[in-house]
Amino acid sequence: MSVLLGLFSTVAIIAGIVFFVAGTVGLLRFPDALTRLHALTKADNLGLGLIVLGLLPYAGSVGAALKLVVIWALVQFAGATVAQMIGALAVREHPTSAGRQRR
Amino acid sequence: MSLAPLDAATLYGLMGAILVGLGLYGVVLLGGFLRRLLAFNLLGGGVFILFGVVARRGAGAGFGGDPVPQALVITGIVVAFCATALAITLIERLTEEDGDDPSGGGS
Amino acid sequence: MMGLVLDGGIALLTIGIAAWTIRAGDDFAAVVGFVAYGLVLTLAWTRLGAYDVALTEAAIGGGATGVILMRAGARVKPAPAARASRRARIIVGALSAAVAAGLSAIVLLPPQPAPSLALEVREHLASTGLGNPIGGVLMAYRAADTFLETVVVLLALFGVWSLGRDAHWGGRPGPALRPAEGGALPLFARVLVPAGIVIGIYIVWVGADAPGGKFQGATLLAAMAILAGMAGLVQAPATAGRRLRWLLAAGPIVFVGIGLAGIPLAGAFLAYPPGFEKPLILVIEVALTVSLAAMLALIVAGPTERAP
Repeated sequence: MSVLLGLFSTVAIIAGIVFFVAGTVGLLRFPDALTRLHALTKADNLGLGLIVLGLLPYAGSVGAALKLVVIWALVQFAGATVAQMIGALAVREHPTSAGRQRR
Repeated sequence: MSLAPLDAATLYGLMGAILVGLGLYGVVLLGGFLRRLLAFNLLGGGVFILFGVVARRGAGAGFGGDPVPQALVITGIVVAFCATALAITLIERLTEEDGDDPSGGGS
Repeated sequence: MMGLVLDGGIALLTIGIAAWTIRAGDDFAAVVGFVAYGLVLTLAWTRLGAYDVALTEAAIGGGATGVILMRAGARVKPAPAARASRRARIIVGALSAAVAAGLSAIVLLPPQPAPSLALEVREHLASTGLGNPIGGVLMAYRAADTFLETVVVLLALFGVWSLGRDAHWGGRPGPALRPAEGGALPLFARVLVPAGIVIGIYIVWVGADAPGGKFQGATLLAAMAILAGMAGLVQAPATAGRRLRWLLAAGPIVFVGIGLAGIPLAGAFLAYPPGFEKPLILVIEVALTVSLAAMLALIVAGPTERAP
């Protein structure tokens, strides 16, 4: 049981780190604001989600585990809102370069 | 006097010392009030961390760190915020009043 | 060993971000660098075991300071690239390095044994009825500091207000309210503000026994007010309002009132009569939280920009 749980945690956390690394590479390498946002939001929701998932068995109590899930949900919500706002600004300021991805 | 052991407290202590040096350099040399204010806050962060190192080394009586310096740092962070907010408002007002030389720097 | 590698990594990252912030080409980039600096500094605080300080640094040092810096970055025109002469840079660099080296020497050659008041705090903590030693220090042994600190916050707010134009005195801070349109931010604010208020109160409440406290909680409450304002859901109150003034003064008044009552009842200013420590500290904390949240939100809102 505990060995399986440990394995599950390790795999989930490593997968989460992979998403964060990929998201960071995307942030640095992608050509414009919208594609960079795309990379960043993936890192935020999948990377953090997998790390939270991996940490759940170590939370110690149901309350602590719930707090971790709430943190993930709040980051998701904030990330989605900020990405939408930055995206809207990017489209307004540089309609040609940023809008290219949309049309 | 003996050399401190290589542990987290020592590492962060050295980090704090370097941050103070970097911040000092910025406060003296950077042009523009906003940049100097930022450098001053960088310096302050280093000073606070040095307090944290003192707290960590004073761990005892079942506490992970001496609570007294930690409480002082919490007070310090709030006061630093207040001073920074006041300074920023001053800088903004100066920009409004004096359109020709908004930064005040360069002298 | 793994821990040391992590600590070394965090330390190098912090120094790197600080250096980048100093060198950054434009003001806005420097502001972003500073916010990132606040976040990695929070990691350093957790690694030092100072969770209360980490919460404060994240909420106030990074968050609240970041918001006003962003405002300034948008309003203050970029500084002219005034490069100091090579000689000045070398001299200042050498002097700064000397300061850093001196501090490093202090870090590397600490007094033995390390000075600490942890034992004294442990001995007296039970009498406050609190489980969080830092809360105990802030509210009991250094209560005068904490009291003066709230006064400093209030004075900073008066300072910010007094920088507005004379014609706007007593008016509302910030630009005129734009009615909330559709879009992500008003929705975000409508959903997050209630949740954030609950979390803010929880952080104050849990601060008695675990990391947390009134400054951290009040900052979160202030952030919710600022978010609602940015989303156009509420507008900043007129600074001449009588109710607002009482709200701001309530915390310091309750604190100083209980402190003065301590002179006849417990023999010293800010001393609590035995047996009543916990309820009195609780009353002060609640009053301070409300006032501090209002003060912090109004400091971030800035000087008055509209006539009353």
